[in-house]
Amino acid sequence: MDVVVLFFLLGVVARLAGSDLRLPEALYETLSIYLLLAIGLRGGAELSEQSILAVAPQALAVIAFGALIPLIAFPVLHRLGRLNRFDSAAIAAHYGSVSVVTFAVAVAYLMAREVAFEKHFPLFVALMEAPAIVVGVLLARSGAASKGRGVDWGTTLHEVLLGKSVVLLLGGLAIGWVAGHKALAPIEPLWFGLFKGVLALFLLEMGLVAASRIGEVRRHGVFLVAFGIAMPLLAAVLGVALARAVGMSEGGTMLLATLGASASYIAAPAALRIAVPEANPALSIGASLGVTFPFNVTLGIPIYLRLAQWAHS
Amino acid sequence: MQTHPKKLLVVITEAALEKMLVRDIRALGAHGYTVADVRGGGERGDRDADWEMNRSIRVEVIADEPVCARIAEHVLAHYCANFAVSMFVADCGVLRPQKY
Repeated sequence: MDVVVLFFLLGVVARLAGSDLRLPEALYETLSIYLLLAIGLRGGAELSEQSILAVAPQALAVIAFGALIPLIAFPVLHRLGRLNRFDSAAIAAHYGSVSVVTFAVAVAYLMAREVAFEKHFPLFVALMEAPAIVVGVLLARSGAASKGRGVDWGTTLHEVLLGKSVVLLLGGLAIGWVAGHKALAPIEPLWFGLFKGVLALFLLEMGLVAASRIGEVRRHGVFLVAFGIAMPLLAAVLGVALARAVGMSEGGTMLLATLGASASYIAAPAALRIAVPEANPALSIGASLGVTFPFNVTLGIPIYLRLAQWAHS
Repeated sequence: MQTHPKKLLVVITEAALEKMLVRDIRALGAHGYTVADVRGGGERGDRDADWEMNRSIRVEVIADEPVCARIAEHVLAHYCANFAVSMFVADCGVLRPQKY
């Protein structure tokens, strides 16, 4: 287990034991801005050394993958889980979109094991944020029950495309791409050197927040827990297959599996609260933050690397 | 000290609504508003602001009674069904009535 995951577990244990430990809100905000920018910068610097056109086919495949996951998750939630259309669509959107912190933990895991991967992967993270959210909103609004209530697409797309995660990831990518490795050298100690330490501190907070969601998860029964574990595993298998099809490396395969498996808890909740207010946010956030995030950072990531290694052997 | 009677409308709700609510308040005739970050709990559970989707805001508007009534009815019609909303109106006195 990577050392950063131990910080996550400390947060979980502290909250479950009833500690009133909490990170100041401004620090949480600062750390998340730092992580998003740092991930973007790293990807952008790598991107500056290769042709954008070479990355384009993989980028298109990743966007399609993001849009496909909610289409698979929705019928499972709606038919099997008997959740209403709004809740099913909202949860499906969360699972199609991605968690940047899960991605960061996966990258740390690969780097600790010296497994090579496509360094421009942060571009794919940014590209996978939005498609599932749009599909989720369309799924919620396509039923007879929601006729007559239009979607405020202007506000929704504004929330998705100009939300902090997309702006900072793409902004970091752009700065890294324009500047290149050489120009980034003077600021590297802050953005790259401190990265893992900051990630550890952020995961402590995530542990506190995830453990607070356990009450909500318990109220909504075993289906949500089963879905929160089975869906990432299924999406990871699809991610591995897709990564092989578009010719990604072993590390890249593991990262695409992780992106497929991860569920959003920043971009998706904010956009869906506005676009599909009928959905109960406790369900989608309970599943993504209370079940899937802890599963991915502790057990999922090692499993996804195994899957990728198996696919490449 | 001479004061002029106005109404104070207070809406405590989810931070996700801030942008839309502020836009509505302006459009419905209020001259100004104040927003503060707050914590609390209610029938939809505790909202203890431990992360971004769990934040709450308290929006205050001082205006004439018809403007406050329009805003309150708008909030009731559009947001109360699906969002955590706590809302009340109180009497207040202001020193510069033209400002509100």
